Amino acid sequence: MTKHKRRDFSLFDGALAAHAAQSAVAKLDPRVLYRNPVMFVTGVVAVLTTLIFVRDLAMGAATAGIVGQIAFWLWVTVLFANFAEAIAEGRGKARADSLRATQSETECKRLRGKPTDHEEFEIVSSRALRKDDLILVTAGELIAADGEVIEGVASVDESAITGESAPVIRESGGDRSAVTGGTRLVSDWLVVRVTAEPGKSFLDRMIAMVEGAERQKTPNEIALNILLVGMTIIFLMVVVTLEPFALFSGTSIPVAFLVALLVTLIPTTIGGLLSAIGIAGMDRLVKANVIAKSGRAVEAAGDVDTLLLDKTGTITFGNRMADAFMPVPGVSERELIETALLASFPDETPEGKSIVELARKMLGSQVDVHQEQVANFVPFSAQTRLSGADLTDGSEVRKGASDATLRYAGATASLDLKRIVEGIAKSGGTPLVVARDKRILGVVHLKDIIKPGIRERFAELRRMGIRTVMITGDNPLTAAAIAAEAGVDDFLAEATPERKLELIRKEQNEGKLVAMCGDGSNDAPALAQADIGVAMNSGTPAAKEAGNLIDLDSDPTKLIEVVLVGKQLLISRGALTTFSIANDVAKYFAILPALFITAYPGLQSLNIMDLSSPASAILSAVIFNALVILALIPLALRGVRYTPATAGQLLRRNLLIYGLGGLIVPFVGIKAIDMAVSALALA
Amino acid sequence: MASDSLQFLLYAIILVALAWPLGGYMARVFQGERTLLSPVLAPVERGIYAAAGKGATQGQHWTRYALSMLVFNLAGWLLLYAILRLQHLLPWNPEGLAPMSPDLAFNTAVSFVTNTNWQAYGGETTLSYFSQMVGLTMQNFVSAATGIAVAVAVIRGFAARNAKSIGNFWVDMTRSVLYVLLPLSIVGAIVLIWQGVPQTLGAYVPATTLEGANQLIAQGPAASQIAIKQLGTNGGGFFNVNSSHPLENPTQLSNLLQLVYILLIPAAFCFLFGHMVKDRRQGVAIFAAMGILFVIGLAIIYGSELRGNMLYDALPIDQVAGNMEGKEVRFGAGLSALWAEATTAASNGSVNSMHDSYMPLSGLVLLLNMQVGEVIFGGVGAGFYGMLLFVVLTVFLAGLMVGRTPEYLGKKIEAKEVKLAVLAFLSMPIGILVFGALAAVAPSAVAAVQDPGPHGLSEILYAYSSATGNNGSAFAGFGAGAPFHTTLQGVAMMLGRYAFIVPMLAIAGTLAAKTPAPASAGTFPTHGPLFVVLLMIVVLILGGLTFFPALALGPIAEHVAMLAGQTF
Repeated sequence: MTKHKRRDFSLFDGALAAHAAQSAVAKLDPRVLYRNPVMFVTGVVAVLTTLIFVRDLAMGAATAGIVGQIAFWLWVTVLFANFAEAIAEGRGKARADSLRATQSETECKRLRGKPTDHEEFEIVSSRALRKDDLILVTAGELIAADGEVIEGVASVDESAITGESAPVIRESGGDRSAVTGGTRLVSDWLVVRVTAEPGKSFLDRMIAMVEGAERQKTPNEIALNILLVGMTIIFLMVVVTLEPFALFSGTSIPVAFLVALLVTLIPTTIGGLLSAIGIAGMDRLVKANVIAKSGRAVEAAGDVDTLLLDKTGTITFGNRMADAFMPVPGVSERELIETALLASFPDETPEGKSIVELARKMLGSQVDVHQEQVANFVPFSAQTRLSGADLTDGSEVRKGASDATLRYAGATASLDLKRIVEGIAKSGGTPLVVARDKRILGVVHLKDIIKPGIRERFAELRRMGIRTVMITGDNPLTAAAIAAEAGVDDFLAEATPERKLELIRKEQNEGKLVAMCGDGSNDAPALAQADIGVAMNSGTPAAKEAGNLIDLDSDPTKLIEVVLVGKQLLISRGALTTFSIANDVAKYFAILPALFITAYPGLQSLNIMDLSSPASAILSAVIFNALVILALIPLALRGVRYTPATAGQLLRRNLLIYGLGGLIVPFVGIKAIDMAVSALALA
Repeated sequence: MASDSLQFLLYAIILVALAWPLGGYMARVFQGERTLLSPVLAPVERGIYAAAGKGATQGQHWTRYALSMLVFNLAGWLLLYAILRLQHLLPWNPEGLAPMSPDLAFNTAVSFVTNTNWQAYGGETTLSYFSQMVGLTMQNFVSAATGIAVAVAVIRGFAARNAKSIGNFWVDMTRSVLYVLLPLSIVGAIVLIWQGVPQTLGAYVPATTLEGANQLIAQGPAASQIAIKQLGTNGGGFFNVNSSHPLENPTQLSNLLQLVYILLIPAAFCFLFGHMVKDRRQGVAIFAAMGILFVIGLAIIYGSELRGNMLYDALPIDQVAGNMEGKEVRFGAGLSALWAEATTAASNGSVNSMHDSYMPLSGLVLLLNMQVGEVIFGGVGAGFYGMLLFVVLTVFLAGLMVGRTPEYLGKKIEAKEVKLAVLAFLSMPIGILVFGALAAVAPSAVAAVQDPGPHGLSEILYAYSSATGNNGSAFAGFGAGAPFHTTLQGVAMMLGRYAFIVPMLAIAGTLAAKTPAPASAGTFPTHGPLFVVLLMIVVLILGGLTFFPALALGPIAEHVAMLAGQTF
């Protein structure tokens, strides 16, 4: 099996950047700009400053040069912010386009009569399909719409959606009945009931999530926006009232300088990058092949307190595997292994295969038994509950559950056998008793194999304060053993959909946010109840309807990644906000002495950066303010680096980088720009 | 210097030693548990509720709580306004003082109802004993009780779990007065009387001075009002010069008692909070943030007062004791600095020295104490819910950086809370900057400012910071009696009080309804030193940055001018 990664876009793909530059200008339209209040204010004062510049120019005022430059950089500030949003949208669009390619209009066969009547169909465009239409798909055709298989079995190539090149089986009934529009039938035929109206398919939703226009703001983004608007209002008051205070102090401040102070103080950095961060977060999710039905779900993923994980497939490999051979006294291990090997040669079940694999590994090159010795394979049957083989030399080898094998041997269990069997059962494993010619030789220990690395993953989650709960149908004893081995915090044994739902409600009543994943229809209530419900794309339509995220790869471990994407999104916003606010300190020290130097020459002592002239100081602060947006676009798109750690550690690190960094960087930056400005004699 | 430091340390020890148990006591009082005073006061309390009728003590939704508070305050304002306008017709007016003018009565009534106690009048020359005792002293109690009640309700909102109610305003008011303010002020008044503060209804006393001149010595029922003015962070003095008056603050002991009383309840609130949210560390963290900011402020004031004016160095002026202009010799630079820091940090406003005469940098600290919103201990109750606003903002700003929706004590801080917090926060810049700017340009307003240049601007800023922060202290030299100022200051005081309280109660209401999430390793920690530092930085940056440009033209300009040899 190979897996081709979805193409990633380099940060500043030439074509993307060119297109983004165009739409940055288009976004100057006030009807678009007002949606970003901080940038709208910047735009308004840019217009004002431009008008002053024109007036100064017409009157031949000496200040025209500096006013013109301030106006220019204000426009650049707005354009950079627009560019950030446009490039994030552009990347989303590019991803959407590559998805859309699979969604091109196709022709399909709509059945007119009963699903069993395959002759009665009409050829229609995929766009004409409505919910509950029945379509017939045959080998080689694209499936025209999302739907549920109601007849037939077929293998489907879903690589267009999942990137997984191996075809998967889709059949009616059960949990493998869902098909996705845009995937291709490799063999056989299917009758599919369409479950989505045109334009409402999962692919359409995915596209809508990454294209900016349809994007809904997420709750935290809205809250942050309110704070940014509040700060903008406060700084408007600060700047507007400064003129009366200056008048009282016997001086007056040019409007262009007040504007410069305003724009450098209001949170333009985070204001300009906020929507880009949101779009990029959504884009990262799509890159992980997860569709969010709402932005809220992505953010909530970062808040998750409890993860409910299905044992099978997430924590363990799907099947039990042989782990050890345990002979009864008087039997050599070698004899047991060889017999088990003989009994399993023709056995195609995963358990059988794992016995062969383990036996070969343990015997190494000294294998004395061969498949040719098997004369007749005895498959597992519900009556005997045994499987095995009759050998060419006439002897019988059998393996099976303890009671079944004993019945076959006509023996009662020896104390030693009992001890071994019970020991295995207690450890959560399954004992498989092996016999040769009705003589009990020993036991094969079958156990759930924990996926490698999953224990470390859970430890990581624990550090992040997330509790993991394993959900399994096993009995409590088995469940406890596996839970301990996998390192989950808790488990729910003998789980039924009702008990799952109950567990989720209990956690939620304690104020916790719960995430789970599921695929079956009986998971639907729990998926709907959970704060984050990740439905497998291979799951039933009911499950997909109930979840708020859909994993196209149908990989239950994806839940963990979703949590990380959610956290990274929140951290990126917080870090850039902190950086933006911390920047203000340096800007004060640049601009205030410059504004008041004529009234109070002593205030020059506040000019701790030793900027060359008042005009240069103000211009440098404005230029820095604009450039910092551009410089931070890559960070906004990529997201702040996130390594799982406790909240305390994260806070310390991010405060150090973005808080302290935000305090220091502008001092250095403004000074450097000031040196350039005075070297070029711009002010 | 060493003896001053020792006094500061002694003060800190006494304060914490008293505030810690008081916080626990108050928590029990407001949670309706039995306390030391219950045997005596519980029957009285029950009697009050019985008189108020059935249902008077039921839990209230925040809207109802806020409405009760507003109605009660409005009634209090009307009553006080009537008393001030009609004092010539009322008893206990031995000096036959005339009624107050309408604009001054408006200003004074607002000032006392909002716990500001800004005095645009001189007490002994304007107010009858009846106005002082019935009008003002009553408001000293109930305006302080209002602040305590609101803060307790807000804390309940943070502590509650899926609750609709944040308590009952009338019950909280009754308990504040009965169990907290009355007992403590009675004790305080008795100590003050013992120390020589007058408590009489007799007329002013004529005296003949050593030079043979005749002097009329004002007196009256001072001790009772002084105890509550400090305890309730009211600050309105009985005499015009407040606690620098020898009859208002006669001894070192009375000075210490008043200093302790200024910060006692505000400090106790931190510990009360720890009790009510069932996590003492949370209260200690907030106390630490307030305490450290307090000490930093005190160090700057004391340092620059002790240094004195460097321009005097060349003159034959002895500055060994520091800058002594406007200070009582008996208190010196140390105790004056401590008082100045305490009275502006807590929104008390009483003074034992004249703030107008402080060095520019000291003035800067005094201004900042008020401008950050009176949250460094702050007014009784008011300081604490003010600090909780900063806590909400801190948690929101920094909380995102740990990768979760910001939460405090398990409650998620979402769009609604942020909106309300911003709304509350806006009252400070409007009251100080917008109103201050109006006062800086309106000709009738400017005429009332005594000094030109940066010092004049400081006077304006101080007046409006004091009013909006509900502090009540003043830079002298500011003609507060001008109708322009009495009116605008009145509005500023209301804005600083009610435009802050109502959104805070709303935040409490929305938080009360939430289910707290249990803390985990992924939860933003709000009790460690990191949070304390963060909270201080947010107070200074959000509170301070807003006013930095204006301050640059005021005290900072004055300071640098002084360095250059120019005074104002």
